[in-house]
Amino acid sequence: MTQVLTKSLKSSNDPLAQAAYQLELLEASPKNGKLLPHFREKLAQSGLYPLQPTGIDIFQVNVGKMCNQTCRHCHVDAGPDRKEIMTKETMEQCLKVLATHVISVVDITGGAPEMNPHFRWFVEECTKLGKKVMVRCNLTIIVANPKYYDLPEFYRTHNVEVVSSLPFYNADRTDRQRGKGVFEDSMKALQLLNEQGYGQEGTGLLLNLVYNPSGAFLPATQHSLEQQFKKVLLEEFNIHFNNLYAITNMPISRFLDFLMQSGNYEGYMEKLVNSFNAQAARGVMCRNTISVSWDGGLYDCDFNQMLDLPVAAASSQHISTFNLQTLNEREIVLRQHCYGCTAGAGSSCGGATA
Amino acid sequence: MNPTYYNPEDLKKFGSIGEFQKQLADKFFSYYGEVFAEGELSAREKSLIALAVAHAVQCPYCIDAYSVDAMEKGYTEGQMMEAVHVAAAIRGGATLVHGVQMMNKVKDLSM
Repeated sequence: MTQVLTKSLKSSNDPLAQAAYQLELLEASPKNGKLLPHFREKLAQSGLYPLQPTGIDIFQVNVGKMCNQTCRHCHVDAGPDRKEIMTKETMEQCLKVLATHVISVVDITGGAPEMNPHFRWFVEECTKLGKKVMVRCNLTIIVANPKYYDLPEFYRTHNVEVVSSLPFYNADRTDRQRGKGVFEDSMKALQLLNEQGYGQEGTGLLLNLVYNPSGAFLPATQHSLEQQFKKVLLEEFNIHFNNLYAITNMPISRFLDFLMQSGNYEGYMEKLVNSFNAQAARGVMCRNTISVSWDGGLYDCDFNQMLDLPVAAASSQHISTFNLQTLNEREIVLRQHCYGCTAGAGSSCGGATA
Repeated sequence: MNPTYYNPEDLKKFGSIGEFQKQLADKFFSYYGEVFAEGELSAREKSLIALAVAHAVQCPYCIDAYSVDAMEKGYTEGQMMEAVHVAAAIRGGATLVHGVQMMNKVKDLSM
């Protein structure tokens, strides 16, 4: 059991807010003396090293670290005290790239992306370009303030795919991870989305939920969890949704902090390594995604972004110098946290990969 | 650390029992895997049964393993504790039902 957070690691001046310190911990010998094989070696054994992209199908934009929640496992270390927000100028640079390249999906994340003052404009411009837009919505933002009450209608108008975190189908486990009252507010928000047609058969309005374990264990099979969520949410709250994505917690930022504080770090890392699945590794999201940070930096994924590990393409590390050919020829940057994406059935922003 | 009969690290070495008798170990693990696969009961249902039985046989390795497994498979804390109560009720009932035997004996011997 852990206490609910109210401040980000950064504003608490916690050393774990520093990417370099996190990387140092991940590379260091564990306390139990069992040196874990480097992720590169595991990939090499499966013939996947060096890991290279298959192209860029998904343009994931992190529009800021500001959030109305301070979740216990957040890899972004987001929260109300984070002020990093993407400017309209940087969004314009993103749109310029999107307008001139065949990239079909724009995946908008944060923080709570809706708290960026240019968020709605950005979604509208992306849809004008004919892109499929996904928004990673934390649900509670919809009921947090009257200025967000019309978000479900806005999403419907622009046919946005809504992807929302819900770590469990009860209040106890959800609130311990995401904060007191989050479950109740999430149920209200899901009902509002359902009212707009989201998650309802025949509307084409996609509402997908994201499950992540509320502790130092791995997710069960996505299908089994989806069945449980569908049954309970329908029976108890009359809520419909499309798919459940099961994702693994990455051993970085606040979840790393939890692992360290609870004495679960060594056991969790060992479990991730022992659960390495080559088939899951073949489908990792960094192979077809580019991740853009609030200040325009380019990364292999949102996790590498939070660890300050830019793409290994020296001439194309910022949206202003985006070069598709250079990026497609890059080698994906790997560290020990990458085991989180290859354990068991695999993990990505779209759920299991194997 | 004081030596004890139970060492959590030994759970990870379960597979090594084959070092002393490979053929039987192989048969056991193959059987074990098949028992816990999806069948007429789901793998999820079997996990909760295993958790209850782990408590009934009081195996600390099994309790560790199936507490994790049941959490991974999405059981709530309440559901897991109810399963433990099922084990406790059966164990308690098994003791108490022998009370009838005791009563029979006492009645046989009594005037």
